[in-house]
Amino acid sequence: MTEASALSKVLYIDLTNRRYWIKERGDIFKECLGGTGVAIRLLQEECKAGTDPLAPENPIIFCAGYLNGVFPLASKTVAMFKSPLTKNLGESHAGGRCGVAMRMAGLGGIVIRGKSESPVYLVVNEYGVRFKDASALWGMSSSSTVGRIIRERETGAGVRAIMRIGRAGENLVSYAGVITETFRHFGRLGLGAVFGSKKLKAIVISGRGSLILKDARGYRVLYDELYRNFTKTTLMKKYHELGTPMNVIPLNVAKSLPSRNLQRATFEGAEALSGEAMSERFLGRRAACAHCPVSCIHIAALRVPYESEPHFYKTKMISYDYEPIYALGSMLEIRSPEGFLQLMDRVEELGLDAISTGVVLAWATECMERGIVGPEETGGLVLKWGDYRTYIEAAERIAGLKGGFYEALGKGLDYASSMYGGEEFALAFGGNEMPGYHCGLATHLGFLVGARHSHLDNAGYAIDQKLNAEGRKAEPTEIAKMIFEEECWRQVLSSLVVCFFARGVYTPEVVSKCLSVIGINFTPADLKGLGESILRDKYEFKFREGFSFDKLRIPKRVTEIPTPQGPVTEKDLREGIKSFEGLLKGLKSIENR
Amino acid sequence: MAKRISVIDVDLCVGCQSCMFACNRRFAEAGLARTAIFVQSTGGFEHGFAVKVCRACKEPPCVKVCPTGALMKREGGGVRLDYRKCISCGNCVVGCTIGAIFWDEVLDKPTVCTYCGYCVSYCPYGVIKLEEVEGV
Repeated sequence: MTEASALSKVLYIDLTNRRYWIKERGDIFKECLGGTGVAIRLLQEECKAGTDPLAPENPIIFCAGYLNGVFPLASKTVAMFKSPLTKNLGESHAGGRCGVAMRMAGLGGIVIRGKSESPVYLVVNEYGVRFKDASALWGMSSSSTVGRIIRERETGAGVRAIMRIGRAGENLVSYAGVITETFRHFGRLGLGAVFGSKKLKAIVISGRGSLILKDARGYRVLYDELYRNFTKTTLMKKYHELGTPMNVIPLNVAKSLPSRNLQRATFEGAEALSGEAMSERFLGRRAACAHCPVSCIHIAALRVPYESEPHFYKTKMISYDYEPIYALGSMLEIRSPEGFLQLMDRVEELGLDAISTGVVLAWATECMERGIVGPEETGGLVLKWGDYRTYIEAAERIAGLKGGFYEALGKGLDYASSMYGGEEFALAFGGNEMPGYHCGLATHLGFLVGARHSHLDNAGYAIDQKLNAEGRKAEPTEIAKMIFEEECWRQVLSSLVVCFFARGVYTPEVVSKCLSVIGINFTPADLKGLGESILRDKYEFKFREGFSFDKLRIPKRVTEIPTPQGPVTEKDLREGIKSFEGLLKGLKSIENR
Repeated sequence: MAKRISVIDVDLCVGCQSCMFACNRRFAEAGLARTAIFVQSTGGFEHGFAVKVCRACKEPPCVKVCPTGALMKREGGGVRLDYRKCISCGNCVVGCTIGAIFWDEVLDKPTVCTYCGYCVSYCPYGVIKLEEVEGV
């Protein structure tokens, strides 16, 4: 048993020489809490300027935080690496069981260096690391088969995470993800490709430890209060009941749901793919991340007939969320939920990021519509809105690098559009494909300035929605400030590591109390300062790797389609970017705090 | 009257492990090392979950295989463990047909449910319930 305040162990794994060791790094955990805060420090240490994201020198870093395993909804893990998609800061958060398993194995962080000579999977637990041969798993068509085999071979059932990549990761597709517990992901920005570049097929992490609290009595009282908030109030209702797809109808009604590569901001299939309809027709099971009573994981049961054999069916269990419904449904105008689910399923098995895949395919479809590319480039496939069977084949070709066009698509939209044209409707921000919101200026400003260029960085869309509800608009400078403050605070949440869905409960005051019962002292004001420092650290990395606010490309399409907040103009976006840059550059770095 | 933790409907279980963490908090610790209730998937999340907890057998197999009498029948069903008599042989863990006796690595002793029902109040979906052992 360890004290919960003694989070300090970083496990270093050298894949090249098949060695591992543990270092005490209590210094950075005490200062930065864990998660994002510690991961960016480790990334600065491990990743030299100009590192090729697919070279052995690119590290993979996983971090848990003080609250993992201690408080409910502290169920996330942060991964950091240099992104093969943006060639810059790679950061990805996953639910499932890894964060809690790491903490219960006594670990705060894991740093993976080097490259294995042959395919390998790692077994990590409180006894150390084992390097296991993964040659037989390499090239398998389904990532869930890989999960099943490892599940049967290794111990730790119930208290373990099994992270793995699919073919897309093996083939270094720039937005390949890492799947964990079958239905959760380290998505966006290509962690899967970094795994693939190291010949790392999977990691099993398990742990069953216990932690001693400084204020044991206070801990139980506080735990009960939080638990009540999560389970007995309406705070978590939307994630709990319909899950994230409850957003489909409201966004569609508000004309904020991009479809057909954002040629439109409404989707005719919204009813059929809504949270309500998906639940009614397909919801087969709900599941939860470790230590989370909310259970937002919604899994559809899809019964599919075999065309070649009468009276033969398979039932696939396929998890669905808002973002995949947007990217693989709405953006591709797939109005059939069965079609969407089948595409979703294949994307999962291949280990592709759902958002990037959908947005890339939407761009490719528009290119075909406009005659920018033809069957010659697509290897005979005719990409048509709604044709999910062809999209399944296209996803297969992206993951399999089958032909020059698909190889280009596998490098992301910025690359593909630089090769083939169509940049004005290539919906990527800072090199990352667009998430499913077209709500106004704050939405797109948020994508542009967010350190990961993800909707979760600062939730700009939520600011637009709030402004709409208040019936007002805001100046770019005001919006930039709101985005900035939100993004700073989210650095603290992702350092603990709590799920962003719990942000309504984990206020600065509550976080301060949680840390206090553990035996760590941070006032709400300290926490705020820490959030700013972490964001600053992340941006320092980005600048070092060549990021520049001035060079951000604004896809013309987002300015052509009106939002509920009116048309978004390039001028306002540039002004907002300037303001954000000013706020960021006004921050002191953590050393000078 | 003897009580036990009953699994009312395992298909309601989402695998959140709130019960496991609750059991461990009885010892004022965070984590999982001393939990006497265990949830795991039945071959991946898509197939649902199994809840392993002592069902307070009338003729507990764990008692039969305990060589020192450390595990004793509780009146009405189930068992009590006398730590002083336990020699850490682990027979009970193997002997429990449903796998509901766990191992405390620190104490090097088995962890057995005490039928206190603390976990029940943290199950968000009513999967488990504290109830009288039937037929007593």
